[in-house]
Amino acid sequence: MAQIKYHILVCGGTGCRASQSEDILKNFQELIIDKGLGTEVQVVKTGCFGFCEKGPIVKMMPDNTFYTKVSPADCEEILNEHIIKGRKVTRLLYTDPETKEQVSDSKHMEFYKKQIRIALRNCGFINPENIEEYIGRDGYQALGKVLTELTPDATIDIIKKSGLRGRGGGGFPTGLKWEITRKVKADQKYVICNADEGDPGAFMDRSVLEGDPHSVLEAMAINGYCTGASKGLVYIRAEYPLAVERLKIAMRQAREFGLLGQNIMGTGFNFDVEIRYGAGAFVCGEETALIHSMEGKRGEPTVKPPFPSESGYLGKPSNVNNVETYANIPVIIIKGAEWFSAIGTEKSKGTKVFALAGKINNVGLIEVPMGITLREVIYEIGGGIKNDKKFKAVQTGGPSGGMLTEKHLDTPIDYDNLIAAGSMMGSGGMIVMDEDDCMVSMAKFYLQFTVEESCGKCSPCRIGNKRLFEILEKVTKGQGTLEDLDKLKNLSNVIKDTSLCGLGQTSPNPVLSSLMNFPDEYNEHVVSKKCRAGSCKSLMQYIIDPDNCIGCTLCARNCPVNAISGERKQPHIIDQEKCIKCGACMEKCKFNAIHIN
Amino acid sequence: MEKIKSLADLKKMQGDLRAKMELREKSNHPDSLIQVKVAMATCGIASGAKEVMEVFVEEFSKRNIEAVVTQTGCMGYCYAEPTVEITKPGCDPVTFGYVDVKKASKLIDKYILNNELVDGIIPVNYASIDKK
Ligand SMILES: Cc1cc2nc3c(=O)[nH]c(=O)nc-3n(C[C@H](O)[C@H](O)[C@H](O)COP(=O)(O)O)c2cc1C
Ligand code: SF4
Ligand code: SF4
Repeated sequence: MAQIKYHILVCGGTGCRASQSEDILKNFQELIIDKGLGTEVQVVKTGCFGFCEKGPIVKMMPDNTFYTKVSPADCEEILNEHIIKGRKVTRLLYTDPETKEQVSDSKHMEFYKKQIRIALRNCGFINPENIEEYIGRDGYQALGKVLTELTPDATIDIIKKSGLRGRGGGGFPTGLKWEITRKVKADQKYVICNADEGDPGAFMDRSVLEGDPHSVLEAMAINGYCTGASKGLVYIRAEYPLAVERLKIAMRQAREFGLLGQNIMGTGFNFDVEIRYGAGAFVCGEETALIHSMEGKRGEPTVKPPFPSESGYLGKPSNVNNVETYANIPVIIIKGAEWFSAIGTEKSKGTKVFALAGKINNVGLIEVPMGITLREVIYEIGGGIKNDKKFKAVQTGGPSGGMLTEKHLDTPIDYDNLIAAGSMMGSGGMIVMDEDDCMVSMAKFYLQFTVEESCGKCSPCRIGNKRLFEILEKVTKGQGTLEDLDKLKNLSNVIKDTSLCGLGQTSPNPVLSSLMNFPDEYNEHVVSKKCRAGSCKSLMQYIIDPDNCIGCTLCARNCPVNAISGERKQPHIIDQEKCIKCGACMEKCKFNAIHIN
Repeated sequence: MEKIKSLADLKKMQGDLRAKMELREKSNHPDSLIQVKVAMATCGIASGAKEVMEVFVEEFSKRNIEAVVTQTGCMGYCYAEPTVEITKPGCDPVTFGYVDVKKASKLIDKYILNNELVDGIIPVNYASIDKK
């Protein structure tokens, strides 16, 4: 009898699905039947491989061949060549941007070499819609182990010893939080999973839920056992339909298998999970606001203490952890605290998932050990800056973080070093900027986000951030003064010190860190009215060079606001007051007479 | 669906399910396992490489030998097809020629399990086609 010899893994993450991975999956399945390969080849839909830049991804097992940018039409060739004739389809292999060489399998790709996959261990490896694959990979063993062999205190002790800290931003020691929740006496407690993920550009938590939802459910049950809660709640934004769908399937299957519900594994332990939907407000990721939102109230933060661990959902003790934090738990229980704490730096253990984005070659999802340097992340894993431009800065921590620069390239990344550098770990967004990005505009971009997302409850954040934004706008328009720069700094510090919740307490970080790291760029904007990146429109001028202009009138006829004047056959002139900098004239001019200043 | 009623139930189920994942599990750390590459271009297939591959896959699973079996394209030794390249952890790859079904079993018994060499080694000023 023939045995299955190949597994074809097709990425079913949101990114790859957007580029037809569903059709690829369907084509493979149909072709395999047509070609009579059904007994030899198995097609598996998995979660995200992380290499989204080059999706859709198809990975061939057992040889780890990694095909990129696959289209549904390529399926036939892959089967004919790879499976039947044993030849790799070279045109679909990944080409290393540095060496220009084709890399045949994922084990040799720079992108994967420095990664360690703990939270993402099953993403891109198992079919998230099939609980059997999760069970086949040690799934629910950790839950079984704690329920039968460990007391809640002993379990919490493992988590404490592992050194795991919260991955949702704050970095609070996870074991300690569990212990606090455990110690509070109450008739009902709740286990809450924070899957709000409001940081723009971040998709770590979404990928975990899409690629390995059971790991989160299992961890929540373990938490329930430790803290004495029988109910779990996942707070997830409704804009994540695929993650919601996969989570629902996982919950249904876990119940069918008796791994959620009453008397789990015959131990008398009861636990079940419900989903609560958020409308996608950034502030609702803050734990007290999240809880209010789940209670049906306005999603506004309240003062801590009391912390949710003491008084949370419906006033009951509630353990709030982030998706990625939970995803680490089952492995820690199985492999032990020592194994986990051997990875990372002194005070930051384990790995962190980052969403790499911006001006970088390999946009995607990565998981790296704490303590890795930015240089390794950007140049080795990320493949360097797009189009051979010069690296300028990287924003970590999203709108709450700060900009790190060239001088931080060799700083080991961990919670404490990032804070010392004026940024923070945040939930794991990492946006890379190059020489064409204006730092003042970037700060303005983040501020605009905070102004829109501020809940408005307290005035430093509601009014202060708005003022900050206005000053930044003035600066980018070339109307700022040196005095404004001082104001930016002072106001930022006041907002940080007096805001009620973490949103306001961190929102000035992009401003402060860019002021600190790029003082020259701010000065240029206000003193010489220049934007060196050439991105502040108000500071650039379209100018007609009278030596080259022959007076053909073409530009004047194309200017949408009639800003160009001049006699036929005479050099023309642009009225800078009227010009809206659309660039139409420069595009039209056949004599190369129009330049940007 | 029968519910899982105890940790023993879960462990038993995992044992059954693990086999299905094994192919993937193994390729996660290929360097620590025995790797067998069967040349499966037209020349190889014509001379029976498919059946040979079958033998490796089945014998390994029957005897619980941790190994990865893959196929490659033509290794350039068409005269000696079917050819098979075997890499044991920590050793250089060795290529064997004229491997038929019988010789495949012999390779497992002798070379793979007992480190005895078997005739038909293709001498190398060796260059494997896919070094990567
Ligand atoms: C404005 C704001 C937004 C936040 N957004 C998130 C979020 O999207 N996801 C998340 O897990 N934590 C978020 N947090 C952190 C949570 O308040 C909380 O600390 C976290 O969920 C605790 O889990 P952890 O200890 O596992 O990180 C946010 C905090 C603030 C102040
Ligand atoms: S700091 Fe901002 S988001 Fe937080 S409570 Fe105050 S107004 Fe609302
Ligand atoms: S840039 Fe646009 S608005 Fe300005 S002068 Fe040229 S065409 Fe007119």
